[in-house]
Amino acid sequence: MATIQLAAARKSYGSAEIIRNIDLEIHDREFVVFVGPSGCGKSTLLRMIAGLEDIDAGDLLIDGHRCNDVPPDERGLAMVFQSYALYPHMSVADNMGFALKLAGVTKEERHRKVAAVAETLQLAHLLERRPKELSGGQRQRVAIGRAIVRNPKVFLFDEPLSNLDASLRVRMRGELIKLHRQLDATMIYVTHDQVEAMTMADRIVILNQGRIEQVGTPLQLYREPSNLFVAGFLGSPTMNFIQGEVVETHAKGSRIRLESGAMLSVPHVGLVVGSTVTTGLRPESLAVSIEGQLRGVVEFTEHLGDVLLVYMQLPGGKSVTAKVPEGTPAVAGDRIAFSVEEGAISVFDAAGNALSKVSAQDFQP
Amino acid sequence: MTHRKRIIVKAAIAGWLLAAVLFFPIGWMVLTSFKTEIDAVDARSLLFFKPTLESYAAINERASYLVHLTNSVIVSFSSTALAMLIGIPAVFSMVFMPSRRTRDILMWVLSTKMLPAVAVLVPIYLLMKNLGLIDSWSALILVNTFANLPIVVWMLYSFFKDVPAEILEAARMDGARLRQQIAAILLPLTLPGIASTALLSVILCWNESFWSINLSTARAAPLANMVASFSSPEGLFWAKLSAVSTLAVAPIILFGWITQKQLVRGLTFGAVK
Repeated sequence: MATIQLAAARKSYGSAEIIRNIDLEIHDREFVVFVGPSGCGKSTLLRMIAGLEDIDAGDLLIDGHRCNDVPPDERGLAMVFQSYALYPHMSVADNMGFALKLAGVTKEERHRKVAAVAETLQLAHLLERRPKELSGGQRQRVAIGRAIVRNPKVFLFDEPLSNLDASLRVRMRGELIKLHRQLDATMIYVTHDQVEAMTMADRIVILNQGRIEQVGTPLQLYREPSNLFVAGFLGSPTMNFIQGEVVETHAKGSRIRLESGAMLSVPHVGLVVGSTVTTGLRPESLAVSIEGQLRGVVEFTEHLGDVLLVYMQLPGGKSVTAKVPEGTPAVAGDRIAFSVEEGAISVFDAAGNALSKVSAQDFQP
Repeated sequence: MTHRKRIIVKAAIAGWLLAAVLFFPIGWMVLTSFKTEIDAVDARSLLFFKPTLESYAAINERASYLVHLTNSVIVSFSSTALAMLIGIPAVFSMVFMPSRRTRDILMWVLSTKMLPAVAVLVPIYLLMKNLGLIDSWSALILVNTFANLPIVVWMLYSFFKDVPAEILEAARMDGARLRQQIAAILLPLTLPGIASTALLSVILCWNESFWSINLSTARAAPLANMVASFSSPEGLFWAKLSAVSTLAVAPIILFGWITQKQLVRGLTFGAVK
């Protein structure tokens, strides 16, 4: 059992507020990812949980016990750092066994535990090496091993893969997911990489300027972003935002006239006729169609092999990105029309908050 | 000869020239110390003369070398140890727990070196006198400690700065208390730097003469006083002065020679990490 609860947690450096009033509950055995742009406070939040930063106000509860003033090592957490932070002057075995040594575990017991963990991480043949004799991936595994040896209740990862090259990162991502299942432990993972967040998380916490923007499963956040920030942060290429005016609304949907002149039917309700809203269209929810509402001129295209990205300019100058199957005929300069999958549209009010919509069955254009 | 080779030859010549210039006064001093007083001022016996130990014998009659040597060793090593004892924890907190004032403190520490020693001679002399510490090891150890602390602090600061804070944080997560973080992680990682800082401090203390001459006379007088005592009263006796200087610098040159590997390694520690 290991749950973590943050209640009204705050942190500032001088006059700069880094963490503003965070309430968050992390369940037992959950893989939670903190994601956000750099400077959003995600690492600080993790370090507050770890005990490396003081909590200025609010409570941190681990398994229901208030831990604000408990030293890091007594919180039952282990952390894996971005730079691995291995002890350069110690062998791999000593690195992994350092915490046990400090805790007064006997030499035999230490050897046994380190050997067992090294076996599962395929580090057994490297135990006598120094960190500088290892590759990046191996160092990362040692850092993870050092965390596992302590048998912590919660694992904290601070951007652990960002120093690895792209292909290794993908492989380590898979290994971490497997490890989570194998260890059955609560894990908190900080990253700025939305792909890592989407692929690894049970739940994602999106942070921006010290506040939580939204918490939810990856698909929840992707499909139903609660505000413009979340909508724009997740997804690559990013969501297309087009301003429009509400022209009609009823109990089962609304109609919006976009600034380019196109009319969109959306399943959103409770809109104010005449108000200005922002519609969000995912690039993959656009499909080439002769009757398509979005008409414009192809600016340029990008071939990714499996998909084709079409950058289209709407009348009025607004650019829209569409992700369509490779082979779709689209050449720069061509006139083109896209239809929009109406169920996948998001609509945001002037303050940037998402407006509610009816379910797909109830929607009537 | 290729372009690269030519550069190497030129660099070698320049290096040897520089070394010769630096070594010249020391070489001359050692040569002169084995001359008679007459040979010492005679241009004809600049390089070729009949070596004699009479200057050394004269010194041995007038001064007790071993007492001064002991004083120098005790003062240099004690004040270095004290400076390290103060410097290491101070710099640890400045590097790993910096505050907004840390940079100012560093500058202030350095600024004490900008004040000429003679400017504080009277207050320090009176302080030591009132404390009854004139001509004592304690006075020289204290003054040397604080005179070298700025250099110790600045050198340690640059060495400690090279240690990533995350490594100490990892140790904290692993359960290392402050003392263990310093002893088990920081010191082993910065040992070359710490060693070269200590060596430099010993050398600076050894060569310090202003405070030694002003604060000590006989009992606690280090080698600097012995050299000084041969320079003034009856005009200059070059051979004796050279002999006493040779005796004064010989131990520290030997010390530097033995530790030079450590010294160089430490001073280039950051660069090759």
